[in-house]
Amino acid sequence: MSVADYERLPEIKTLADHPELPERLREIWETKPGLYGFISSVDHKEIGIKYIVTAFIFLVLGGIEALVMRIQLAQPGERLLTPEQFDELFSMHGITMIFLYALPILSGFSNFLFPLVLGSRDMAFPRLNAFSYWVYLAAGLFMYASFLVGAVPNDGWFNYAPYSLKPYNPGPNMDFYALGMIFLGISTTVGAANFVVTVMRLRAPGMSINRVPILVWGTTTISVGILLAVPAVSLAFFLLWCDRQFGTHFYDATTGGQPLLWQHLFWIFAHPWVYVIVLPAMGLVSDALPIVCRRPLVGYTLVVLGTVLTMVLGFGVWVHHMFATGLPPLASSFFSGASFIITIPSAIAVFAWVATIWTGRPVFTTAFHYFAGFIVMFVIGGVSGVMTAAVPADLQLTDTYFVVAHIHYVLIGINLFGVLGALYFWFPKMSGRMLSERLGKWAFWIVFIGFNVAFLPMHLTGLMGMPRRIYTYPREAGWGLVNMVSSVGAFVLAIGILVVFIDILVSLRRGRIAGPNPWDAPTLEWSIPSPPPPYNFALIPAVASRHPLWEERLGEGSGRSMLDRGFVLDHGKETLATTVIDAEPDIILKMPEDSPWPFITTIVITGFFTGLLLRSASVTAVGAVLILLCILFWLWPKRRLLQVARPQHG
Amino acid sequence: MADLAAEEEDILVRPMPVGSAGHKSSGWYGVLTLIVTEASLFVYLLFSYYYTWVWSDGGFLPHERPKITLSGPDTIILILSSVAVWWGERGIKHSRRRWQLPVGLAIGIVLGVIFLVVQVYEWRDKTFRPDTSTYGSLYFTITGFHMAHVAFGVLVLLALFVWSLAGLFDSKRYAPVSIGSIYWHFVDVVWLFIFFTFYITPYLA
Repeated sequence: MSVADYERLPEIKTLADHPELPERLREIWETKPGLYGFISSVDHKEIGIKYIVTAFIFLVLGGIEALVMRIQLAQPGERLLTPEQFDELFSMHGITMIFLYALPILSGFSNFLFPLVLGSRDMAFPRLNAFSYWVYLAAGLFMYASFLVGAVPNDGWFNYAPYSLKPYNPGPNMDFYALGMIFLGISTTVGAANFVVTVMRLRAPGMSINRVPILVWGTTTISVGILLAVPAVSLAFFLLWCDRQFGTHFYDATTGGQPLLWQHLFWIFAHPWVYVIVLPAMGLVSDALPIVCRRPLVGYTLVVLGTVLTMVLGFGVWVHHMFATGLPPLASSFFSGASFIITIPSAIAVFAWVATIWTGRPVFTTAFHYFAGFIVMFVIGGVSGVMTAAVPADLQLTDTYFVVAHIHYVLIGINLFGVLGALYFWFPKMSGRMLSERLGKWAFWIVFIGFNVAFLPMHLTGLMGMPRRIYTYPREAGWGLVNMVSSVGAFVLAIGILVVFIDILVSLRRGRIAGPNPWDAPTLEWSIPSPPPPYNFALIPAVASRHPLWEERLGEGSGRSMLDRGFVLDHGKETLATTVIDAEPDIILKMPEDSPWPFITTIVITGFFTGLLLRSASVTAVGAVLILLCILFWLWPKRRLLQVARPQHG
Repeated sequence: MADLAAEEEDILVRPMPVGSAGHKSSGWYGVLTLIVTEASLFVYLLFSYYYTWVWSDGGFLPHERPKITLSGPDTIILILSSVAVWWGERGIKHSRRRWQLPVGLAIGIVLGVIFLVVQVYEWRDKTFRPDTSTYGSLYFTITGFHMAHVAFGVLVLLALFVWSLAGLFDSKRYAPVSIGSIYWHFVDVVWLFIFFTFYITPYLA
């Protein structure tokens, strides 16, 4: 290797200078076809789509669980499910939707979009990216394997001690959940680290932090939140597992433990988690909505600050889940106050979207319908949240269906509506084809009506006094009608989702060809073909504004972005890293080839957790040693990636 | 130097390193995120300890207050191991002092192993077990988590030691050394918080 390989001046050329460049880059970057390619691919676009497909499959599973429960609850005294089965279904419904659908679907979009909107060729850690997907899949299957042995988690997704301790729940049900969550935490953590480093280092030259799209801000903010919050839940579950398996006394009040320690550790994680699964969706809407309104977002800086502030405050409100546990009034008052304050940064975004629609020229596409529905649902869910932030009201409403209505307005309203809108918006970039606008609008109205018929009455059901998590109720309670209405609405909602899936399957084959920029959008991902080539950008662009493709008409900034000239970087798999704040070119990164190690490591870790579940010391020990060996081989410094010193006489 | 055309954004392009160069490598940023999340883990572990203590009705601490006869010197050993690794890493940045790296790493490894051995003796000395009391559960879990981190850190130093003997690092390419040593320093700093929690605070109460 020569000195030139270790340091060089990157060429800045146009494609006219290098007509053969795209073909050469394709050979360097393309994943091989077949099973090996599927397993070993580190292409962020493939990983992103894998994430989205898998998350939708879990959405269907969680949805089926919900529908079965809605049949059981449709009329009083129903005998379809036993109480034990009902416990298992509401637990798995929550676990599936919150952990296996809501974040992974957003990780899928972020994975697909990050390098494209940032003007890079991949994520900062492509192999870690593949690893985070495989671990997500394996952890999901691990938890669902509990159905095979008939020991499904059955204490709800919040899993309060002491119900979940061995004397009260002797089966392996909670062990599946406890170990599964620690397992899933690995995927979430490494994924978050990858997003954070990608944003810090892989932005196109000139993309200083005030020019980054909002979806990047959303996902980056929550990724930092994940790094800080996930250890709390992994630890909570680890301590629970020790209490159950080794007779420790963390949560056992009879021997000096603190059952409320569980609730603290869990909600320190789980309240920030609510923001984790909505802020990226808000980011997607903040980027896409202005495009269908034909103008830049109103109040970019305020929306960014609101996003970050929401996450920061989100770490200070966890106790509002615990008002009914008998905490001192001072603590309750403090957290109640914090819960009121957090509505302010959230409301900033709402006003920014409304102002964007108001002052723009909205085009009523399917995506626009979902975004508008999203705003309305967000307001309803937000207002019912403010009501429960007041301690006296919460003491009445907690553990009733009012809270069920609130959480579904927030999570379906913000997450699912945002995701479906984003799907209609970015599907052309992912597949090269448009989804059907006609079928899409039908689906939207069915989803919108079904959702509101199902969940609006639940506010009333809760005010009438129906508690959550009961498997049936007597006729005299008078809850029969509202429950029947909710059940009908749930099935309508499910039909709407089915229509969306039909649209996807039909459009993949017969959809109109999209072209590079079907929405006439301003950001970098629309400057390249649909679907993007494996290397994303033949020439790494340099940007001079927030809207590189709209500069002519907006007259933003002083200079012009550089899109048809750029950094060539073709000495193997390479991309450009820039400085953290100003995005000045800093170093040329060598990117790893496709690799089977992420998949192999995941298999080994699955074996390790299975050993823990079975309490087999030998399986666990072998798994642990193999994990260390995998890490060693994976991280072995490679000459090809220029991670090692130049040979002495090179 | 190549300067982009005047009407475009002024981005100065200089010759730049290629590959994983020291603190400009992605791995360096990656290990910082790892440290952030691991630090949170230990914050929650210590939170569990203090929370349980504060809400207990007086009988939380064991009758015999923890002694620093073993853990005190052990703390100094761990700090010295960090100094050794830091000295080794300084050496690799100067081409004439490359030998410093394997020496520093070797000293760090030996001191790390001594720390672990002393910790095992400390465990054996205890009159309680993890399932005796909530204090016991917390003591063994928190120190156990830390020992696992030290053990992993020793393995990392061992890998770096082998790689440095194989001549994989020089003054231009040493990112794995920086990554491994910052992790080691982090594990050592965490111990100071654990030491303070278990061996100092009982006397302050």
